[in-house]
Amino acid sequence: MDPMSLKQISPDAVILWKWGFFSINLTMVFTWAVMALLVLVSWLVTRNLSTGTKISRWQNLLEVLVNAMRNQIREVSQSEPDFYLPFIGTMFLFIAVSNFLAMIPGYVPPTGSLSTTAALAICVFIAVPAFGILEQGVGGYLKHYIQPTVFMLPFHVIGELSRTLALAVRLFGNIMSGTKIVAILLAITPLLFPIVMQALGLLTGIIQAYIFAILAMVYIASGTRARKEKEDTEKEQEKADRSNKLQKKGENNG
Amino acid sequence: MDSISLIGMASIITAGITIAIGSVGPALGEGRSVAKALSSIAQQPDEAGTITRTLFVGLAMIESTAIYCFVISMILIFANPFWDQVIAK
Repeated sequence: MDPMSLKQISPDAVILWKWGFFSINLTMVFTWAVMALLVLVSWLVTRNLSTGTKISRWQNLLEVLVNAMRNQIREVSQSEPDFYLPFIGTMFLFIAVSNFLAMIPGYVPPTGSLSTTAALAICVFIAVPAFGILEQGVGGYLKHYIQPTVFMLPFHVIGELSRTLALAVRLFGNIMSGTKIVAILLAITPLLFPIVMQALGLLTGIIQAYIFAILAMVYIASGTRARKEKEDTEKEQEKADRSNKLQKKGENNG
Repeated sequence: MDSISLIGMASIITAGITIAIGSVGPALGEGRSVAKALSSIAQQPDEAGTITRTLFVGLAMIESTAIYCFVISMILIFANPFWDQVIAK
């Protein structure tokens, strides 16, 4: 019934099929199932989109989702969201759907395995310099590592590594604790109490997906924004200088 | 005492102590941050969206320390490498 026993801490340990070096475990199966579901639903919905006043329910759902994601990204990054939307939106949708399906019996969320969350966190780890370099070039991005002084270089590097680890372990710990607590409660007090914890698990799952996406956006924005702010302040200073000079000239003339 | 009971006892006691001590600090921190966020929402209801988003991100950051302790205690109970080695002998 339950594909994962109490002793197994992540769905990685459940191996369904093995042939020589290759093996297929539960995590891979459910990851592909979630991806197939996402692709299928988006394909079915976007097949006949309408721009008129009458839209289908599913198009309405997708529009609400995409709009909400765009608004959140715009607020966090203070710039146009379309550049970041594909990456952040995919992360959010994948994590949210894979956590949300946890109410289906026999399903184990693939985000409850450290390999999946580590892969997602490594995607963020690579995306931060990628977006930074796309926005401001290699030199401009690398310059922020030595921003106040050269001595800050090791701290920047340690910070990038530790926040990647924190992203992975946070998501894994939250989802794994949810499934584990439900499994333990099923053994002690069956029927009613596990349902309450399952409902709480749904809430935590959505919040964790939101937090993962927001944190990824904050990290990417912090890698790209530093230089923009500097340029803005320089421009403002130039303006202020110019107006000061004009004022002085006016005073001299008068 | 042989090594099986020693390792079992050490893992169970350490798991309990880990989650007990590790949840105190984050609980205090989360309580403080939620209280501050509530009072600032009461003062400035217009900024509720920004405050709530920042609060959630901050709560996730604070909570992750408790989650680390939880992961450690789970590993000690369910996936203890020393225990597996002793049992395999």
